[in-house]
Order: sequence, then structure tokens, then C-alpha cells
Amino acid sequence: MSNLSELTPKPARDRSDLMVICDLVEPDTKVLDVGCGNGELLELLANRKNVDARGVEISQEGVNRCVMKGLSVVQGDADTDLETYPDKAFDYVIMSHTIQATDRPRDVLRQMMRIGKRAIVSFPNFAHWLVRFQIGIKGHMPITETLPIPWYETPNVHFCSIRDFDALVTELGADVERKIGFDSRGRRLEGPGAGFLANLRAERAVFVLEKP
Amino acid sequence: MSTTTKPAGPRSSGKSDPLVDSASLPCSYAHFGPDRPLKLDSGGQLSPLTVAYETYGTLNSARSNAIMVCHALTGDQFCAGVHPITGKPGWWELLIGPGKPVDTDRFFIICANVIGGCMGSTGPMSIDPATGKPYGHSLPVITIADMVRAQVMLLDHLEIPDLFCVMGGSMGGMQVLDWATKYSDRVFSAMPIATAMKHSAQNIAFHEVGRQAVLADPEWHGGDYRERDTTPHKGLAVARMAAHITYLSEAALHRKFGRNLQDRDAVTFGFDADFQVESYLRYQGSTFVDRFDANSYLYLTRAMDYFDLAADFDGNITNAFANTKTRYCIVSFTSDWLFPTSENRMIVRALNGVAADVSFVEIETDKGHDSFLLDVPELFEAVEGFLRSAARQRGLDG
Repeated sequence: MSNLSELTPKPARDRSDLMVICDLVEPDTKVLDVGCGNGELLELLANRKNVDARGVEISQEGVNRCVMKGLSVVQGDADTDLETYPDKAFDYVIMSHTIQATDRPRDVLRQMMRIGKRAIVSFPNFAHWLVRFQIGIKGHMPITETLPIPWYETPNVHFCSIRDFDALVTELGADVERKIGFDSRGRRLEGPGAGFLANLRAERAVFVLEKP
Repeated sequence: MSTTTKPAGPRSSGKSDPLVDSASLPCSYAHFGPDRPLKLDSGGQLSPLTVAYETYGTLNSARSNAIMVCHALTGDQFCAGVHPITGKPGWWELLIGPGKPVDTDRFFIICANVIGGCMGSTGPMSIDPATGKPYGHSLPVITIADMVRAQVMLLDHLEIPDLFCVMGGSMGGMQVLDWATKYSDRVFSAMPIATAMKHSAQNIAFHEVGRQAVLADPEWHGGDYRERDTTPHKGLAVARMAAHITYLSEAALHRKFGRNLQDRDAVTFGFDADFQVESYLRYQGSTFVDRFDANSYLYLTRAMDYFDLAADFDGNITNAFANTKTRYCIVSFTSDWLFPTSENRMIVRALNGVAADVSFVEIETDKGHDSFLLDVPELFEAVEGFLRSAARQRGLDG
């Protein structure tokens, strides 16, 4: 994931999934944000939830900005460095809009569930109707608000749909504690009927996973 | 028993050798009598013991704002302000001072000359009570842990219960690691910069070259050169020249000197300093011998060579950091090939292994290992950010 630095600073757009993730985290817990960028989520968690917030970020620029803000962030690579942490060291290990840029998402997810009591993952849903339309009808790689970078420059190398992610979670023997989809306007697809065609309607998804 | 002395100022005899005069440097001294010997890793002990130190800023009433700054191989206790002997800025003057990242308006800075050094603390130039002559080469071998033990004695002497932060680069970073692992409950936060958990084979090799240059100088006289009123300045200068190369980087040397010639239009087909880089190194060597003692150079390089933090914890580095409450910030520089990022990252990995509170910044610069002493704004910002956040967690005002 050597090009992850291109993700940071993260695109200036609706980051409602950060707010959702913040809401999902219990106060006074210990959190590791993997791919924390400029530390927006860490700041949010520290300020609103009094969380012991730590981060891992691959780009030097992002790490420096975090440390200058006084956040506890190490420069590191999700693909190689999560293995250095002990089992269940954190209450939550979070990956926001980053897992699709890792070299081995399955191993990363496995590590996240090993070192955290819970894992929270948000990612762009590649089966969103607009993506399907751009590939299936127009015949080109999608450019959307969530995926604004053209194919030849994107750090995203492992796209998946919500259905794919569900399958991977099952394969890894983890439980989905919560699953939240957003449409292209950042509206939560929750409550009764939220799962209905979610794989088509959700532009992004946030999963809370637990491995017994 | 321990006592403090503070000379009024530098001796005004007009003598120019700062080393001979080092016992009267304008700094503070803590003296530890025969009842307070320094126990050494080598098995022996050092007594009486003197620790020369300088302080900046004011200790608050809660005694909770003290920062121990640990100097590197050829540094000294004058880390800020103006150096009383050279008249040049202190070695970390860019970082430490009023309103600077290590703000002397907020923090109380303590910087002690290391044991084995040559700026007033007990070292090869001190008088051996057994013989009445300078220790010279008969001083027991000193380790990084011994240096820190002496600093702990100083802290007790100053009646300061614990440190808000311990910080330092290179050999100073080794001291920081020793402090933060062996006296973890007295260290709130720690900043080891451009350092390693152990000295690498390559680094030991470079040090050995330097030592052999000193030992090969006929003026060394088995370490008793001062009694003969001479110094092995040629050997020490060569040692410094070789070491100085390791503090820079190929890119920095190229940027500064390239293949430029020194005050001439063509090479001379001789062995003069034709190239600017040669002239620069010769200058570095010749100025170093005026301010540093050759025996101290042997002892301090040895101390670094012996440093192996894991070895002090049954060979398991996880033991060193287990249950640590200390907050860490580790900094490395991309062009540092003496203490490369990979060595610094090993500290980070060990700290991650116990889920410690750790920050790690790798700063991009072509200035090599010496970056930690130079004008590198990213370093200043990292130090400032880390200390600000640690101060908030510690409940320090401001």
C-alpha cells in the first residue's frame, strides 16, 4: 500500500462515516485507528469520547501533522505492522476508507480482529448503482465522489462490494455486530428495510465486527 | 552526602585550554562523597563522584516540570543559550529556550555532562584518589547505564521526584531509553531521537577505527599524555574526521562540497587538501581536539558500543517496556545511516508489542545523523506537539 499517502489528506467531502464511527465507539475506551490520515477521527474520539486514541499512518506528512497536534501516531504500514501489537490490546481497531488500499485486506482484517476486541471498517461499496452504471453501461472505471481518483493514480487496489465483504467476514469466522450503509448523499440506510438492495443503494458501508 | 558548588565564572587566567579548566566551568556541580559511590556495570564503583550540570528555566512548586536533556557523544551540559567557553550557541539552542519547542518559560531543563566525559563530571581527567593523579586510562569502563545512574543521583540530589520528560539524540537517545525502561515510574514522557536499542556492528566498527587512531598516536603514552604535557591530537583528529563522515550523508556532502577544489583552479598532483571536503574534514578534526579529551573519546565510544538494552532485560526487549506508563515519541531521519530508521523502528515495534503510548516520526532530510542538531523545522514541530500534549496530560499549566 505504498501509495496510500495519496489518500491523505483525505478528500474534502462528506465524512459522515467518521461521525458514525465516532458514535459507535463507547466512551473511555482504547482505540487504534489504522490509516488515520491527519488524525481527524482520533481528535474526534479524544474530544467527544475521552478515548485513549492511537493511530497508524503510512504517509510521513500525515504522521507529522498528527504528532504536531499531540496525537499518539506511529508511521507504519497496515500490511506489515499490525502484527507487532499484542492480542486484544485495543477495545476497537478502526479502518476508515483504507482497507481497499491495502495489499492483503484479508490478513489486515484478521490482524485487526486479533489485536482489537472489535473491528470497525468503512469502505466504498463497489456494487453501488452509480459504479455499476459507469462500468456496465458507460464502460469505464468509476469516478464518483467517494472514488474521485482515476484508475491510473488510485491507491485503491482491492475493491469489494458489501456482499463480498459479508462473505469475507463469514470466511474469517467473525460476527457482524452492526452494518450501516450510506447513500450518495451521506444518508444512513438504517432501520427496517435498510438491508433491502443495500448492496445497490449504499455508496459506502461501515461494519462493526466481533470475533468470539 | 552530596554537595553543590557553583563557581562564580570562568577563570580569568587567560589560559585557553577549556579541558584543563573544566573543573571551574560556569555551571553547577553535584559532589557525592565516599558514602555515595556510583556503582558501575563493570563491577567496580566510582567515588568520589562529581556531576557537572547546567539548568535552564524554573522548577515549579510541584516539582513536576523538569526535563532531563541527555547529550550525545561530543556534546556537553551547555545545551541552550551561549556556550561559556566557545561563545557559540549551545548544541540544542535551536530547540531549547524561551518560547522555543522546549520552552524554558514553562519547563525546568537539566543537562548533565556524562560520567566519563571531559566537561567537569568525573572522567579520565579527574583525580584518582588512589594515586593522586588523573585517572587517564585507568578509569573503569563506563556504560550508558552508569551515566544514567549518575543522573538519577543528580535528580535525587536536586530533590526532584520524577521527570516530565527525558530527551536526547544518538548517545543521548540511548540514555533516554535506559532512563525510560529502568526508571519508568520516574519518567512521564520520553523522546529518544536518532538512536537504537543497541549499537550495530557497523557502528562499533567505526568507533574502533577512531579508537585505534588515538591509540596509534605516539603522544597517547598509554593514556598518561597530560602528565607529559602533550595530547594525541593527531590521532583524535583522525578519529573525529572518520566519525564526522558518518554524521553526514552522501547527499549532504555532495550538496555542500561536490568535487569542488579548495582555493585552487586545478588539482596539485600532491596530497594537500585539494578538495573542499578534505579541507572541511581537516578543520573539523583540528577544532575538535581543542575541546575534547582523547581518553574521554575512548571511554564514551566504548559506552555506546556496549549499549544493548535487551541484554539488560534477560535478552527480551519486551521485558524492558512491559507495563510502561511512559509516553514515547521516537524520531528518525531518512538520510541517517548511522542510526537509520530501521533501528528506530525496532524501538517502535517493541513498544507496540506492549501496546504502549507511542508516536513515531520519520523526518525527510538529507542532513544525515546530525539532523537532530540542525535546523530541521519538522523536528521542532514534532517536539513542540509531543511536549504540548504530554504537558496537557500531566496537568502542567499553559
